[in-house]
Amino acid sequence: MRSIMLQILAVTVINLKSLPQRLWLSLATVIAVGLVVTVLLAFLSMANGFRRTIADSGAEDIAVVLRSGAVSEINSVVLRDQVRLIEDGPGIAKGSDGKPQTSGELYLTVNGIKRSTGTKASLPLRGLGPQGPGLRRGVVMIAGRMFNPGSNEIIVGRALGKEFEGFELGRTVAFNNTRWTVVGIFAADGSVFESEIWADLPVLQSLFKRTGAVQTVRARLTSPAAIETLRAYSDNDPRLKLDVMSEAAYFAQQASNTSDLIQKLGWPLAIAMAFGSLAGALNTMYSSVAARATEIATLRAIGFGGFSAFVGTLVESLILAAIGGVIGAAATYLVFDGFTASTMGASFSQVVFNFQLSPRLIGQGLLLALAVGLFGGLFPALRAARMPIVAGLYG
Amino acid sequence: MLSPTDPIDPMIDIVDLCKRFTKGKETITIFDGLNLAIPRGDFVAVMGPSGSGKTTLLNLLGGIDRSDAGEIEVAGERLDRLSESELSRWRASHIGFIFQFYNLMPMLTAAQNVELPLLLTRLGRKERRQRVETALGVVGLADRVKHYPKEMSGGQQQRVAIARAIVSDPALLLCDEPTGDLDRTTADEVLSILQVLNRDLGKTIVMVTHDPAAAQYAKRSLHLDKGHFIEKELVA
Ligand SMILES: Nc1ncnc2c1ncn2[C@@H]1O[C@H](COP(=O)(O)OP(=O)(O)OP(=O)(O)O)[C@@H](O)[C@H]1O
Ligand SMILES: [Mg+2]
Repeated sequence: MRSIMLQILAVTVINLKSLPQRLWLSLATVIAVGLVVTVLLAFLSMANGFRRTIADSGAEDIAVVLRSGAVSEINSVVLRDQVRLIEDGPGIAKGSDGKPQTSGELYLTVNGIKRSTGTKASLPLRGLGPQGPGLRRGVVMIAGRMFNPGSNEIIVGRALGKEFEGFELGRTVAFNNTRWTVVGIFAADGSVFESEIWADLPVLQSLFKRTGAVQTVRARLTSPAAIETLRAYSDNDPRLKLDVMSEAAYFAQQASNTSDLIQKLGWPLAIAMAFGSLAGALNTMYSSVAARATEIATLRAIGFGGFSAFVGTLVESLILAAIGGVIGAAATYLVFDGFTASTMGASFSQVVFNFQLSPRLIGQGLLLALAVGLFGGLFPALRAARMPIVAGLYG
Repeated sequence: MLSPTDPIDPMIDIVDLCKRFTKGKETITIFDGLNLAIPRGDFVAVMGPSGSGKTTLLNLLGGIDRSDAGEIEVAGERLDRLSESELSRWRASHIGFIFQFYNLMPMLTAAQNVELPLLLTRLGRKERRQRVETALGVVGLADRVKHYPKEMSGGQQQRVAIARAIVSDPALLLCDEPTGDLDRTTADEVLSILQVLNRDLGKTIVMVTHDPAAAQYAKRSLHLDKGHFIEKELVA
């Protein structure tokens, strides 16, 4: 056993010490593998950064309640009785007036005209209760005032007002054959809510014929940990077939669609490139075996086993690939980590986020690199092990 | 001398050995019924025209090539019955190869080159170093431990190769034109070392050579022609 280790070590040392003779070819392989890893990690860190940025914008002490299995607010329904049960549920913070801090909300879409392109696009129109704005971080009126309950008044998020026509303060707009007046412009800490239009819940419910139900319930929790209490309460009551999650978790779930998409673009591209670099690695390692034929045969004549020639070759390939992987990860870190990008997501307005590398992602990149090294080294290593000694000595 | 004269314990005993090479559809028969017996402690020079099969014979004796038929017993082992891995292990403990072009690892020092066969033994690092020093001492290169092959002359490189061949104390040395690449004086040095190894350390040596002067260092010469040994007297 010890002898086998010594043999493998010796063959590996001999291989690596002879690397300078094959410097350019080996370097080409290293760089090819490095590029593969860079591309993969760029995509993965983009997806990761996007998801984390969205998740970070959500609060841990705000609960979002949707119908069980609803993917987003759009296809959720929460009935009036269920709203009441949630309001009475445990773990929900009470305001100074003693009322639970909750807001049942409708989430509808209406049409607007984009300033930049002049084309129609759908805009979120949210109906919320009096406590609704307070259950979101950093909501402030930056112009005008809050809508009055029971009136056809709307307030408009800052980002939406910039991007769409006709939402200036004081203007009237028509939704669903009803005229609405813009009475205020609000900011919300740059979050997705700045891309929404808000109105009074009961008014929306009656005008859009949605009385008796909302789509989501939002509630302030007594503490982030109270989410578990509330969820357990909901799960144990057969009348409540609801999903209870923190705003942060809800946002992360919404972001995962987009981040999955980015990952699904990244992996195939990286794997396609990996096959290219695999061809390079194979070529390099076959050349390496050919260049070392006499040395391998001499060692075999001395009594070294074919296994050590096999492992030594494989290790050389793995080391080249690993160097490529480390260089690729370092390049991604230097070029992309913290790199700022922005996107228009389906369920988000413009999201500004950073590429974020993580040890787990780097691990995935290195695994891909090692896979290239393994497959690129396998057949050359077999050739090294099986090469007839006589052919190596005199061929 | 050419038929087995029943040496009690022969180092080499070959009976009716056949060796063919096939290249595509063509088959070349190198040996067809070769017989040879070499006792322990012998020093044999094998001569013969180019292509007569001298190298092929050494490869068969060293277990790095396989015969097609017949018996080949070397150092007490029937090589025709061993598997590849058994042959590897057998080579490690019984055979020292010396090649015309030395076949040293250019990226390793003299000492590291000589140490290679010891990596196949159970010896610890310290013992290995002592053995390496001893072997390099035997060939007169104790002061070249840290030199790389390219920093040494051909004769010195061949002496390192000899040290490598003897370091694990094998009983049989197989040399394929060990002085083929050396000038007369250097060749004589190398041959003298082989002679000492045979005479003082009891190594059995089979040495292929084209050089009659080199053959003089051996105890006897065999002539290979057209796949058979012929009496030296008939050629001379
Ligand atoms: N691997 C091989 N495949 C096919 N033919 C071979 C192979 N090895 C040797 N031969 C042939 O076998 C014959 C004997 O070769 P060998 O190398 O044993 O001769 P040699 O006596 O050592 O010659 P030289 O004095 O030139 O070294 C030659 O005709 C050679 O071409
Ligand atoms: Mg020859």
